[in-house]
Amino acid sequence: MKPLRLPVILACAAFAGLAFQASAQELTGTLAKIKRTNTITLGVRDGSVPFSYLDDKQHYIGYSVDLCMRVVDGLKKQLALPNLKVAMNPVTSANRIPLMANGTIDLECGSTTNNLERQQQAAFAPTMFIISARLMSKKSSGIISLADMKGKTLVVTAGTTTQKLMTMLNQERGLGMNIVVAKDHPESFLMLETGRAAAEANDDILLAAQIAGSKNPGDYQTSPEALSVEPYGIMMRRGDPAFKQAVDTALKRVYRSEEFEKIYARWFLQPIPPRGINLHFPMPAALRAVIANPTDSGDPAAYRTIK
Amino acid sequence: MNYHWNWGIFFQLSPDGVHTYLGTLLAGLGWTVATALSAWLMALALGIAVGTVRSLPGAWPQRLASGYVELFRNIPLLVQMFLWFFVLPELLPVAAGDALKALPNASFLTATICLGFFTSARVAVQVAAGIDAVAACHKLAARALGMRLSQVYRFVLLPLGLRIVLPPLTSEFLNVIKNSSVALTIGLMELTASARAVQEFSFQVFEAFTAATVIYLLVNLATVTLMRVIERRTALVGGA
Repeated sequence: MKPLRLPVILACAAFAGLAFQASAQELTGTLAKIKRTNTITLGVRDGSVPFSYLDDKQHYIGYSVDLCMRVVDGLKKQLALPNLKVAMNPVTSANRIPLMANGTIDLECGSTTNNLERQQQAAFAPTMFIISARLMSKKSSGIISLADMKGKTLVVTAGTTTQKLMTMLNQERGLGMNIVVAKDHPESFLMLETGRAAAEANDDILLAAQIAGSKNPGDYQTSPEALSVEPYGIMMRRGDPAFKQAVDTALKRVYRSEEFEKIYARWFLQPIPPRGINLHFPMPAALRAVIANPTDSGDPAAYRTIK
Repeated sequence: MNYHWNWGIFFQLSPDGVHTYLGTLLAGLGWTVATALSAWLMALALGIAVGTVRSLPGAWPQRLASGYVELFRNIPLLVQMFLWFFVLPELLPVAAGDALKALPNASFLTATICLGFFTSARVAVQVAAGIDAVAACHKLAARALGMRLSQVYRFVLLPLGLRIVLPPLTSEFLNVIKNSSVALTIGLMELTASARAVQEFSFQVFEAFTAATVIYLLVNLATVTLMRVIERRTALVGGA
């Protein structure tokens, strides 16, 4: 499925007498758009710590943003655009797909789960992170595993894959949990903190961030059992193989370089802005494996090789 | 536009493994209707009471009623939802606060109460306006016939005044239905929240919100039709 307008746009651009370089003439899709406008637009999130968020100086920073910037460096070389401008466009979970589809953003650098259902609508770069859904509770509650949650109240964030997972597990295992849905992650934590829920189910990295940022980090514990495995990926438009190949190549080069460990350590093992919180989140074995052998598979089974 | 349309999404099984995506939306519609109707009944009862007080003679009733109206009219609905849901339980004694948080369907109850108060302030102003519109001569005439003030309200002012303000009350009824979507911020899985969930799971954004839009439109058209019938049945002969 190629977008129809592209030949038209290209024809117009040529007609307008834009001086294309020889290499640029074969460009299609997103690569052509980037070359033509000398701009790449990154979709960023304002609260997905530490992947993609706003710091106190109103800059978008994070692990995903850093990786995207390395991809941009690769594109600069490939397209011979040393002065390529990078625009940051904030997106939410609700509008990232429309903005991707209508060409507002070219890469989504957030914390978006790559799965087979979503691949009908978007393409993903090689997996950059792997999370597991876990339970977080107050140590005083004595909740260690999902079985301890029978008949209790669980909070999940609206529209997350965890919401889906917990609804399913609740049915399958007949836990009879009362699942309440919060609007966003901070609100999910608020529900747990204020005692509206006995536990919060969420991605382990988000839970680590919530604990590190809470008033009393010592009060909370995360369950050892991983309820799911999910790959995070940088998202782009589907049906644009040339662009995907350029992004994938650039990203794999980063994965192979020394730099990757530094980028990882910067966001997960060291204090991060704005408040200097340290997540203390060592690289999971499954992530180490997938960085050594990059894949953009949306099937969780592909990541279960190492527990 | 690089978008993969899939209108068949509604008949696919949703992640809970029980309902289709259409079922998810209809469950959301159920919560929307339940919240809107309960809040509307509460708003009518409170609004008529406060509106009546607002039109009473004397300074104090008017001050009290105005205070009520301004309180609920001047704070954004979203903020009120948060205050009821997150702040109120923390202000109460610990036991009462915990009891409040442990209520089943807490977000539904909170949304209904919050929306009821918010809308009642608007209804009160309209009711008072309706009473004022008919009060000028009717009130004196009724008093001259020897009615007590309570009888004047019961038999003359309220029956006439409420009929006059049915059209703006219809708008308010529609507002309650639409405003109920704000309750998604306190975890009520109403229609808008359900549409968001559908788009999040499936990434079929436009289909999900188109369906929600159509459902809202149908519900509001049904409401308008119903209110039209009531307006026609209760119309005053020869206007007000």
